[in-house]
Amino acid sequence: MNKMLTKVLATSIAAVTLTAALAGCGKGSASSPAEGSNEIALWTHNAGNPDELAAVQKIVDSYNASQDKVKIKVQAFPQDSYNDSVVSAAAAGKLPCIVDIDGPNVPNWAWAGYLKPLELDTDLSKQLPSTVAKWDGKAYAVGYYDVALAMMARASDLKAAGVRVATIEQPWTKEEFQDALTKLKALGKWDYPLDLGTAGTGEWLPYAYSPFLQSFGGDLVNRDGFQSAEGKLNGDKAVEWANWFHGLADQGFMAKKSGKDSTQDFLNNKSAIIYTGSWAADKAKAAIGEDLVVMPPVDLGTGPKIGGASWQWGVTSACGNSEAAMDYLSYSLKPENVAAVAKATGAIPATEEAAAQIPAFAQGGADRIFMDFSRKYAVMRPETPAYPFIATEFGKATQDILNGAEPKSTLDKAVKAIDANIKSNGGYKK
Amino acid sequence: MATVPLPTRPRVPDTSKAAPPPSYAKGNARRRPGFRREQFSGWGMIAPAAVLLLAFVFIPAILGFGLAFTNARLISPRPIEFVGTDNFSRLFTDPTFYRALLNVAYFTVVIVPVQSGLALVMALLINKKFRGVNFFRTVYFLPVVTSMVVVSLLWLFMYRKDGLINEILSNVSFGLIHGPDWLGEPNTAMPAIIILSIWQAAGFHMIIWLAGLQGISGELYEASQLDGTSRWQQFRYVTWPGLFHTRSLVLVTITIQALGLFDQISVMTQGGPMDSTTTIVYEAVRSGYRQQETSYASAISLVFFVLVLIVSAVQRHLTREKD
Repeated sequence: MNKMLTKVLATSIAAVTLTAALAGCGKGSASSPAEGSNEIALWTHNAGNPDELAAVQKIVDSYNASQDKVKIKVQAFPQDSYNDSVVSAAAAGKLPCIVDIDGPNVPNWAWAGYLKPLELDTDLSKQLPSTVAKWDGKAYAVGYYDVALAMMARASDLKAAGVRVATIEQPWTKEEFQDALTKLKALGKWDYPLDLGTAGTGEWLPYAYSPFLQSFGGDLVNRDGFQSAEGKLNGDKAVEWANWFHGLADQGFMAKKSGKDSTQDFLNNKSAIIYTGSWAADKAKAAIGEDLVVMPPVDLGTGPKIGGASWQWGVTSACGNSEAAMDYLSYSLKPENVAAVAKATGAIPATEEAAAQIPAFAQGGADRIFMDFSRKYAVMRPETPAYPFIATEFGKATQDILNGAEPKSTLDKAVKAIDANIKSNGGYKK
Repeated sequence: MATVPLPTRPRVPDTSKAAPPPSYAKGNARRRPGFRREQFSGWGMIAPAAVLLLAFVFIPAILGFGLAFTNARLISPRPIEFVGTDNFSRLFTDPTFYRALLNVAYFTVVIVPVQSGLALVMALLINKKFRGVNFFRTVYFLPVVTSMVVVSLLWLFMYRKDGLINEILSNVSFGLIHGPDWLGEPNTAMPAIIILSIWQAAGFHMIIWLAGLQGISGELYEASQLDGTSRWQQFRYVTWPGLFHTRSLVLVTITIQALGLFDQISVMTQGGPMDSTTTIVYEAVRSGYRQQETSYASAISLVFFVLVLIVSAVQRHLTREKD
């Protein structure tokens, strides 16, 4: 009995100390777990994407083999829980040295003090502009690739409907687009000729639909100082956008909620035009071949627009050996490395030199058009720490508008929430 | 009841009928030998649960209370400031919050009677002795052991416009009924979620009812049979009163579970379309994580806590044992 009592007591005491220790950790100063040793932790979101992960691992392996001062250690997370993992790690002061970040989140993390400005040997001006995330005049993250949105269709369908193929020189105008959809619908081949991916959630909503808003002349926020969304997200242009967007569903051109996999639906001939990213091009091309046409998004007033920035890499402020981390990033940005990752992901390589190593993206290559889209049309999502908040408000407003909410009041509500958020954060100033 | 000794207390050996009570029982009636040791181990056994509860329930709850009156954010370099009741005044002027309240009330008012009623019917059905009763018990209980997230994902496909449910409707009605996009229409989204929730959770409460049913003495049924009662009278005057305690338990657990509606919403509708399925907990998670407004989420949680407290207290009062 006595022995048992001792055991019980010991366990309880252990539990109490453990709890106390856990609580203590939260207050501890930010320090990298790798501090002191020569191991540098690298976190990435692509546990669910074996091709990209393997490409990154290969760069890390070759870097580790190229010198013996430090050793990079890759830790991969599923994309869905990645941001939460980083935020919890930051709160607990356990950030790794190198993290990958979704481009639009960079200002938020930089503002929060998670990231260090980059000091690389690489010339960042050679990068596609949308692959370098800047905030407050400094570059905080850099990516190996970008992706581009486009409209894809079958040339034969467009021909049957008597619709011309849109080109970079001459994209569809709003009227032409309306006309094209009417004609396609009249063919009676599809319930909904257009698929804008309306089943998407989360970051897809601002990524896919804010470029339409920008093409109308509106925006998510007033980019002059990033202090308010008034007049931009609820101005006349924005209301025009909302009416147009809802109208597409209202006229039966597209479903309020598309299928789970737009590309697959398109390949199964359930839609005539899809709006999707360059990542779907390889699959579509393999299935349809020469009949596939890749077109720029519609020019709704101020030219076609697409969202810029994909996943990028940065060095955390908690990194005990940031020199080595920066050195690794510089190394990883070598053309052959960039090309390897871009090839594995089917994305647009960040530099011309890398593009030259991938036949599809080299001059005259089949996917070159995406690189042109990226250069010509990419609009960065607002580079402000308020972006994650703006994104959720915009996403919700878009879904509500699609489902028939009154545009002006819905947008006013979003603007009110965004402005209040910016104000309550002291304008997100440094 | 009072004459039965508690199992943990060793029975005092019955020395002799005529002998006076043992001497130690006189001056120290409540302190049997080993009492101190028992108390010690009692505390020791409570300790692990108590520590965990304290660390993961009570302390966070108290912190949440405090955070609700600040401007704390999930990610921010700014120091936390005390802002008084700002979060609450914002909350009480937010139409989405009232919509969430309404949705939760709707959900709860439907779920509580329907789910508990269905569970009771199921329990009555399987509270019989026949071949294969265990098979049916297992089948009814299966959805409960399946995670709500998995169930929601599966039903998400079934509820699609071209999903299983609409196909069945169309086939059964010879093509007359074309079901809606259940989760895509503001009118059908909440009912769709209610049906799925009942399907998933009814089995759990069935088990509780079943335990209650089996606690009713068989003698009472025999007696009522001798009195020549009908089956309905038997249920009304023997079974129903016999389930008094079970009833309170089922009522309280379903209510609290219903008020905390979250998983289905997060997986299936994300509060849409047009706020028709948003709930208080979903709003709290949305503001706390996706929008990084920890303090506002804490305020929502605090209000939620108070609501649950009030509802539970009212239920406790209504189901108290009346003398």
